[in-house]
Amino acid sequence: MLQMKTHYPDATRVEPVNRHTLAVIVDNEPGVLARIAGLFSGRGYNIESLTVTETEHEAHISRITIVTTGTNSIIQQIKSQLERLVPVHRVIDLTLTGEAVERELCLVKVVGKGDYRVEAMRLASAFGARTMDATLTSFVYELTGTTEEVERFIKLMTAVGLVEVSRTGVAAMARGAEGIV
Amino acid sequence: MSETMTGAEMVIRALQDQGVEHIFGYPGGAVLPIYDALFHQEKVRHVLVRHEQGAVHAAEGYARSSGKPGVVLVTSGPGATNAVTGLADAMMDSIPLVCITGQVPTHLIGSDAFQECDTVGITRHCTKHNYLVKSIEDLPRVLHEAFYVAQNGRPGPVVVDLPKDIQFKTGSYARPLSNQHKTYRPTVKGDMDHIRAAIELMANAKRPVFYTGGGVVNSGPHAATLLRELVRLTGFPITSTLMGLGAYPASDKQWLGMLGMHGTYEANLAMHECDVMINLGARFDDRITGRLDAFSPFSKRIHVDIDPSSINKTVKVDIPIVGDCAHVLEDMLRLWRQNAQTPDKLALKDWWGKIEGWRARNCLAYRKSDETIKPQYALQRLYELTKDRDVYITTEVGQHQMWAAQYFKFEEPNRWMTSGGHGTMGYGLPAAVGVQLAHPDALVIDIAGEASIQMMLQEMSTALQYNLPLKVFILNNEYMGMVRQWQELLHGGRYSHSYSESLPDFTKLAEAYGGVGIRCDKPGELDAKIMEMISVNRPVIFDCIVDKTENCFPMIPSGKAHNEMLLNDYLGETGADIGSVIDEKGKMLV
Ligand SMILES: Cc1cc2nc3c(=O)[nH]c(=O)nc-3n(C[C@H](O)[C@H](O)[C@H](O)COP(=O)(O)OP(=O)(O)OC[C@H]3O[C@@H](n4cnc5c(N)ncnc54)[C@H](O)[C@@H]3O)c2cc1C
Ligand SMILES: Cc1ncc(C[n+]2csc(CCOP(=O)(O)OP(=O)(O)O)c2C)c(N)n1
Ligand SMILES: [Mg+2]
Repeated sequence: MLQMKTHYPDATRVEPVNRHTLAVIVDNEPGVLARIAGLFSGRGYNIESLTVTETEHEAHISRITIVTTGTNSIIQQIKSQLERLVPVHRVIDLTLTGEAVERELCLVKVVGKGDYRVEAMRLASAFGARTMDATLTSFVYELTGTTEEVERFIKLMTAVGLVEVSRTGVAAMARGAEGIV
Repeated sequence: MSETMTGAEMVIRALQDQGVEHIFGYPGGAVLPIYDALFHQEKVRHVLVRHEQGAVHAAEGYARSSGKPGVVLVTSGPGATNAVTGLADAMMDSIPLVCITGQVPTHLIGSDAFQECDTVGITRHCTKHNYLVKSIEDLPRVLHEAFYVAQNGRPGPVVVDLPKDIQFKTGSYARPLSNQHKTYRPTVKGDMDHIRAAIELMANAKRPVFYTGGGVVNSGPHAATLLRELVRLTGFPITSTLMGLGAYPASDKQWLGMLGMHGTYEANLAMHECDVMINLGARFDDRITGRLDAFSPFSKRIHVDIDPSSINKTVKVDIPIVGDCAHVLEDMLRLWRQNAQTPDKLALKDWWGKIEGWRARNCLAYRKSDETIKPQYALQRLYELTKDRDVYITTEVGQHQMWAAQYFKFEEPNRWMTSGGHGTMGYGLPAAVGVQLAHPDALVIDIAGEASIQMMLQEMSTALQYNLPLKVFILNNEYMGMVRQWQELLHGGRYSHSYSESLPDFTKLAEAYGGVGIRCDKPGELDAKIMEMISVNRPVIFDCIVDKTENCFPMIPSGKAHNEMLLNDYLGETGADIGSVIDEKGKMLV
């Protein structure tokens, strides 16, 4: 290990890294997203995906879905640090509450002629993507699925003329009858 | 009952309703309406500082020494950015503050208007919470909520950014029935099952130690009283962090002194060898743990903290208890008594025997001199000559701060104000201003270094204006001593830019401000001059010329374990049992 001349202790732990999906229920007040994004950047945590919209308009409550990676102790810290923010009501670790439903939407534009165009159509229908726009040389497809499905779709489309991608990031919900408010 | 008034008037009224007696501030364009509202009343006394950073530190000193929240008022732009260092300091040390900043009118926000800065953006990371108030209807709630958030749960600074047009607008003000935030409710009562498990673990401990911190002080004087009861009842040894000093009386025989990088030999070895560690309101800071994989390798750990994010952050614990120290201590005491717990007397006797052996090493001994004043000697004398008075100590940052922590003995909480987490040079003098305002008749001393004191020296003028007879006691070693010490240790003694060149004549400076200057460079004259300092009822700068080469020991060097401490080579008159290896440089590795 690198021996630094410093008055800080060395890093001593190596632990495996896992992926977790968190649902964060917050007051939809100005700056709340900056607070959360800033917490992640300021403390050096990863954000793989983040989605946010107001879910209860009257109560001004938003639900933020964050996909993050870290060791178990980092994930625990992330949750505690999020809960420490004053406008945060609750943090639910959907990865721990059992396999959650995780969906993401993507829009994909492909441009091409001849075989490429035919192959693009075939792939789109194999994935169950919807055609949202078409011209003589292009398509815009919409696909909703897990992050892995979306990734696979985009990768295949790259080979047949993909020119543009737009993704929403993950929306997630625990399975079963119990609801989170 | 609601009344109609302007936003600026609401600010002052809310302060009055919160029982605020002093605020620390500095005017400017964006807060002039609030200054005007201040002008028309006498309940809230405004203290004009000389720099906004000073205002925040003064509010910190005020808060820490009185248990009340500190309040700051500054203008937009440069006023707000000058306050940032103070806010970051209060955040790190969990000090409850409310800081009101002026802002450009709402319609100009985002236009790079004169003295505009994104105050809520800039302070987001160094406040517990902040608000930009864009409508007069929100103002009364936000003002009161700010006090609630600052003081409840883990305390911290809260900024309320108030655009100038909102200060002019009229609206209706009524004191809210409760200041509570609508959802923020920190847990104060600990989980009883966990507390029960903790008591069980404690009752069966063979080598226990209490490790207490700033959280006990934050929790209030009652927590300190309960702590004393529990410690005496159990007979366990107790150590504390820099931030927790005074919660347990330093004169007591169960007290081991401060732990950590510059902590005592006995405290650090007790932490290293213990089998049960009871952490009350301390956050396993890296100045405490040193090398994490070698930290207290044999212990089961109990951790009481009001902030869940402090638990298992760097050090894994066996029994986490989220709650307020006073609440949890009360439950602990009750359970201990109910179950008529008796600790393992024999094991404890052995443990104390071991500790006494470490104590006999007399780790704070140093080589005395008749020619030059040793900094440790100066502080010992300062302590001896002031201990029977109503004394409050603040410090700057550096060696002098550590020596103050080692040689001053605190018997009560809230008597010791220091910048621990942020380590802000310049903290001590403005903090002393705040302390003296909260305790007008007390003896307030800022233990300073000649480098640190120059960072906030302008606050001498504040001290003079408000007749605050505070004392600045400079341990003048002509070096940024703490930097020099690290350069010796890590960089081959290359003293790159750590010499204090072109020092002013501090006694003349004191006089220039209208205070009193005293210089002392002879050990023989020290007592008389300290007495002179105490007897003057005006601000004093005491320039104590000390040994330029002295280093601060004990010390746990970079990334080492508690049992790899460097000690002073001097063994003291007691000629204590060396016990272990000393290499030729006199550094001891245990
Ligand atoms: C040059 C220098 C050298 C230093 N060397 C040392 C050293 O040798 N030894 C040392 O100890 N420190 C040293 N420090 C200070 C160090 O950096 C930390 O500031 C200090 O150790 C932290 O103290 P603490 O753990 O008590 O935590 P604090 O910062 O006081 O935090 C308090 C903890 O208690 C919790 N809490 C708050 N309120 C409550 C409540 N009501 N109930 C329960 N819990 C609560 C908080 O959530 C937090 O976790 C040094 C600083 C400097 C500048
Ligand atoms: C604002 C700020 N800048 C830099 C530092 C780094 N620093 C820590 S101690 C120190 C030297 C302090 O010197 P002095 O006040 O003379 O105290 P001494 O160590 O000599 O007692 C410095 C520069 C700091 N803590 N704060
Ligand atoms: Mg110095």
